[in-house]
Amino acid sequence: MIRLTTPITEDQIRQLKVGDEVLLNGRVVLSRDMGHKYMKEQKPEWLKPILENMVIYHCGPVVKKHEDGHYSFVAAGPTTSIREEPYQADVIETYKVRGVIGKGGMGKKTSEGLQKTGAVYLHATGGAGSLLAERCKRVVDVKMLEEFGSPEAFWIIEVEDFPLVVTMDSHGGSLHEIVAQQSQERAKALMG
Amino acid sequence: MSECVIPTLTSNEVVASKSVLPAGWKPNLKDLKSLDLTLPMLELLRRSTSRLPQDVIDALVKGRDAEEEGSRAFNTLNDMVRNIILADGHVTPLCQDTGTIIVWVRHPYGLSQRAAKQQIRAAVAEATKRSWLRPNCVEALSGKNTGTNMDPFHEGHPAVHFEEWEKPEVEIAVMQKGGGCENVGAQYRLPDATLGAGRDIKGVRKCIIDAVVKAQGQGCSPGILGVAIGGDRVSSYEKSKELILRKLGTSNPDPKMDAFEKEITADLNTLGIGPMGYGGNTTVLGVMAEEMYRHPASFYVSISYMCWSSRRGSITLKTNGEVSFD
Repeated sequence: MIRLTTPITEDQIRQLKVGDEVLLNGRVVLSRDMGHKYMKEQKPEWLKPILENMVIYHCGPVVKKHEDGHYSFVAAGPTTSIREEPYQADVIETYKVRGVIGKGGMGKKTSEGLQKTGAVYLHATGGAGSLLAERCKRVVDVKMLEEFGSPEAFWIIEVEDFPLVVTMDSHGGSLHEIVAQQSQERAKALMG
Repeated sequence: MSECVIPTLTSNEVVASKSVLPAGWKPNLKDLKSLDLTLPMLELLRRSTSRLPQDVIDALVKGRDAEEEGSRAFNTLNDMVRNIILADGHVTPLCQDTGTIIVWVRHPYGLSQRAAKQQIRAAVAEATKRSWLRPNCVEALSGKNTGTNMDPFHEGHPAVHFEEWEKPEVEIAVMQKGGGCENVGAQYRLPDATLGAGRDIKGVRKCIIDAVVKAQGQGCSPGILGVAIGGDRVSSYEKSKELILRKLGTSNPDPKMDAFEKEITADLNTLGIGPMGYGGNTTVLGVMAEEMYRHPASFYVSISYMCWSSRRGSITLKTNGEVSFD
């Protein structure tokens, strides 16, 4: 088990390999469909200091707003990452992002982006909304809440021992590609 | 993290004690005009969002125990069980994607569907306010979130289906279907030259294998499949979703389809996709297939994929005032 704390250096990322189990600590920035389109098309400057050497989490949380105005996460598992495939590599490069958390894995373009910039794809257990919300300790800030709505906003949070598996590394390795290939072969055999 | 978790849920008494229904609440089905479904619907949502059906839990545990202890597949299924216990204990959503809310109301003659729909919508809005549901209703092109889970035109969300039946009782069934698993659903038109799938059960089998391989872990495997064979494009997809309401481990009343379901389930679990697509022996928890009638020229195979967190449930209001949940 490898413990990592954000911000993360390129050197730390380059050491990670597919299959490594990671416990992540520190700040993480949530972003999904609307955020990725916005980052690729508008490249907003204000996000640069927030994202440099940080980790993006593909997640649209269930959030509770307390009476005193502060927020907490009630359920916060990963959403399907492949929808961000057209944007992810650019976002990683523009903002020097070191890691992307999601589920289901991503494609070739993202894999190339991970290799080029020095970043990894970290897989979280899909559907484990309660389990993972417990590791989201504090909501630090939220951006674009009004414009994007709660599931799509840039939530900036602090996580503690957030359990992840490296399924795509910065050397071109992808567990998703291996499983896909093997299952396709098996499917061919089953179909006769 | 790999210690084998036993899925102990809170007792029925504790669940009942947290109910939003007033203690001793009894519906009066003799006066359908004044029957208000808001609170029963809200209570149904409170349960469905936080408490997984026992048959689904049993299937996940069975899957976990068939994986090698300490493997990623084992640990992932174990984390799923852990998540089930937490959500149940806290009465919080099992998954942040609380899904599209699909409701089936079956009722006797005399119930106003218009009023019932308003009440169901009110319950969904209230559940959203209480953070039991995430606001999941956005305008198609702008992506603007209504914030309430309400589609202002009463068309898409929540999706409510009505059926008048001969029984005197009212039954409301709900399914919370996440976007990730909805996206990996597929509809095939046979014959399909790419798959080499003809208009027979072998062709149907090929479609199912193809859909599951394409889905990989993206629908949050191990999944549950609803497969409708026949119908038109709409009725076929609709049926495929409804099929997911059936309990895992129950037999298909059609012995031919029952044998097919068992066989294809075993085959799919040799694909090696495993929980979340990490690899493993548990790719699906079950397949529910049903044959429909079709136009002679059309042969659709519609596959709805439900994630492992198969949130569904029903409430039945009886003439003697009894209220039961399933």
